[in-house]
Amino acid sequence: MKDLIKDIESRFKTSDYIQKLDHLAFITVEKEQAISLVTYLRDYRKYAGLTLLTAVDWLEDGVFQLTYLLNNPTDYTEIGVRVMIDRDNATMESSHHLWENMMTYQRELREMFGIDFPGSPRIEEDFILEGWDNMPPYRRDFDTKKYAEETYFPRPGRESNDPATYMKSKMYPND
Amino acid sequence: MEKDMNKHKFEDLDVDKFLAPENEKRSVLAPDGSIVEVDPLKDYFCQDRPEVQKPRSGPVENFLNWARAESLWVLGFGTGCGSIEIPPLTTPRFDMFRYGVQMRATPRQSNVFVISGYLSVKTLKRAIRAYEQMPSPKYIIALGSCTINGGMYYDSYNTINRLDAYMPVDVYIAGCMPRPEALLAGFAKLKELIKAGKAEKANEYAENFDWYKTNQKKIIKDWNMPDFNW
Amino acid sequence: MDLKKLFQMNPDRSLYPEMGEDGKPIIDLSSHKFLKIWQGPQHPGITGNMSLELTVSGDEIVESKTHVGYLHRGFEKLMERRKFIQCFPTCIRMCVAEPDPNEYILAAAIEDLAGIEVPETAQWLRTLALEMARLQILLRSVPGQGGTFALGLGYQWGNYIRDLILDRFEELTGGRVYHMYIIPGGVRGLLPDGFKKRMEENLKLVDEFVINIDNLMYNNSVFKQRAKGLAVIPKDWIDTYGVYGPTARAAGVMRDVRKTHPYLKYAELDFEPFTTTESDVYARSRVRWHDLQTTVDLIRQIMAKMPDGGEIRAETPNVLHWRIPKGETYQKCESSRGEYGMYMVTDGSDKPRRVNLKGPSYTHANALLDKLLINANIADTAAIMVSLATCPPEIER
Repeated sequence: MKDLIKDIESRFKTSDYIQKLDHLAFITVEKEQAISLVTYLRDYRKYAGLTLLTAVDWLEDGVFQLTYLLNNPTDYTEIGVRVMIDRDNATMESSHHLWENMMTYQRELREMFGIDFPGSPRIEEDFILEGWDNMPPYRRDFDTKKYAEETYFPRPGRESNDPATYMKSKMYPND
Repeated sequence: MEKDMNKHKFEDLDVDKFLAPENEKRSVLAPDGSIVEVDPLKDYFCQDRPEVQKPRSGPVENFLNWARAESLWVLGFGTGCGSIEIPPLTTPRFDMFRYGVQMRATPRQSNVFVISGYLSVKTLKRAIRAYEQMPSPKYIIALGSCTINGGMYYDSYNTINRLDAYMPVDVYIAGCMPRPEALLAGFAKLKELIKAGKAEKANEYAENFDWYKTNQKKIIKDWNMPDFNW
Repeated sequence: MDLKKLFQMNPDRSLYPEMGEDGKPIIDLSSHKFLKIWQGPQHPGITGNMSLELTVSGDEIVESKTHVGYLHRGFEKLMERRKFIQCFPTCIRMCVAEPDPNEYILAAAIEDLAGIEVPETAQWLRTLALEMARLQILLRSVPGQGGTFALGLGYQWGNYIRDLILDRFEELTGGRVYHMYIIPGGVRGLLPDGFKKRMEENLKLVDEFVINIDNLMYNNSVFKQRAKGLAVIPKDWIDTYGVYGPTARAAGVMRDVRKTHPYLKYAELDFEPFTTTESDVYARSRVRWHDLQTTVDLIRQIMAKMPDGGEIRAETPNVLHWRIPKGETYQKCESSRGEYGMYMVTDGSDKPRRVNLKGPSYTHANALLDKLLINANIADTAAIMVSLATCPPEIER
């Protein structure tokens, strides 16, 4: 995979290369070049399969990390392409033309993170949630416990404890 | 019951933004070329509130309860992960047929609804609709801890915490997930209740209909179906 | 009169629906030639809790849209607010029918990020648990394919033997459906006394069952007539649609994580996943039938090769205060449906930053199923869904 990474680094503006496992590497690329890198990997470097597309919310830095994980069906290696996009105006170029299943991932991300992919088919339709009128739930600043308590009124008498503090109070009350 | 309570409220409502497209008023071109006006909410759905079924007197009711208890027909709607333990019940090892329990494909033929585990809001909407389409007398068995108090999904934004606020529950079966034996015990308990004439939750649903509907509408944000679904 | 045309078994479908220039049917709902129906979520022919929005012309499907989300619990969000050890009981409920791959990928991701080496015996026990999980789900899904063509006997039969395997799980782990056997650093316990002997007895039953189901299903003329040539997946769809596991192997493409990225002890075991090229419902079911035999063979090999005792758990920090350094990884294993992977990102705290489950049903049930159902009969919908082994809880988590 070293040759591949050298080749990519010479062609695209990349950074933060990590060889995680023998067959798995991660690399970050500029947002403008992301789709061209993914297309290049698919068409010229035999990374023909899309394993997954997902997002990570880095709330502190104000960015979403998109990860395009591609697999190579001939030598079974995988490469994760990370793209950092702005959290406030979360829009990413759609790549539904590359894989038929990309559309589903983009619909999920739009609904769960609020990342828009203009031009992707059926992107406006509800995918998982129905009639959701709050913030996209996978964002870090959405508090699911608070929302659940307010909306679904829990049965009185149910307790939940933080295990670390609870066990400490039970087992070592004097410490 | 007051007569004006029986009247349907659709006419009072403003244009509902969540009304499903198939429920909108429209004119349809019939095959012979004529144009037919269709108002699905009026034409296809019942206009009346559910009614309390008063028990008959003495031995007749006892006989009916015995008959009801010995033929529990379960709606085959796996709403959550508990549905993985229902197929083993139909197989020779557990064999629920010997208790007169069998699976049915449509709500119109069944009288027991096993809520198998957590209900997401999206499924709750379908479950309510399926439940209301079932003919009375009907019973609900709630399977798993998540129907009682949320179980391990107590902090999830998409699953309800207590089922009894939205649908009337006759028997709870605790556990995550309950074993098939527990489910059989639940059926046995339900039979006991029916025979004793205590499984009256469907009537409770009819009595407290407004309370249930308020609760349901509070969490189902796009209520795009009629209030009366039978 | 053309008698042959009159008594033709399969209707001539070249006349309708009319096709547009882009190869898609022209759907005009107001023309009365098309009907829109929903199949599911309350439908006996649906795998789990999902629904299909079908547009039909006669009994032929011209357009299909999958609707999921009925089982969404938000696991990926819930795990972000649970400590690593608390993630385990949450994680196994992601795919209910086959919970052990869930446990394994989460444990593998945590071990990879924390740099923990798993002891030898624990690796063998993990391999055993994964293969037993595969065996129990195949005992359901192989005859289940017959069930979609109204051949219920095999389904009852398979479920009975599956219950015996669940008994072995109960002995080993204490749980019937949810096991929580594979934990970070190792497994929870050694094999109980006499386990191998009882397992061998069950495996003999499975051996008989494999032969019987072959006679019952695969030589059944109705099954052959309906399953052969149904829902063919061309080889060039494998990558563009993301097809994995037995479904890809039925199309002649070797997709088996056990072979391509040997994890745990699979490199030391001798097996060859079955591949064929017909790629229809019959072939996919046949691949699963061969998988059943492979799995039985693998369990025998594991039980013969595994050490009797030894360390079963590596030392881990106090799990309540366990902080895992910043990093990201993707770990995968082979479930009965195909590649099953977990993408995990940590940020140095005691909770995962982001967990993403990648199951094969995600692509099979959405993009692929929508495409495969076009030109199929309504009656074949259930068969096609079961042949793809779609598992809704793993799509929406």
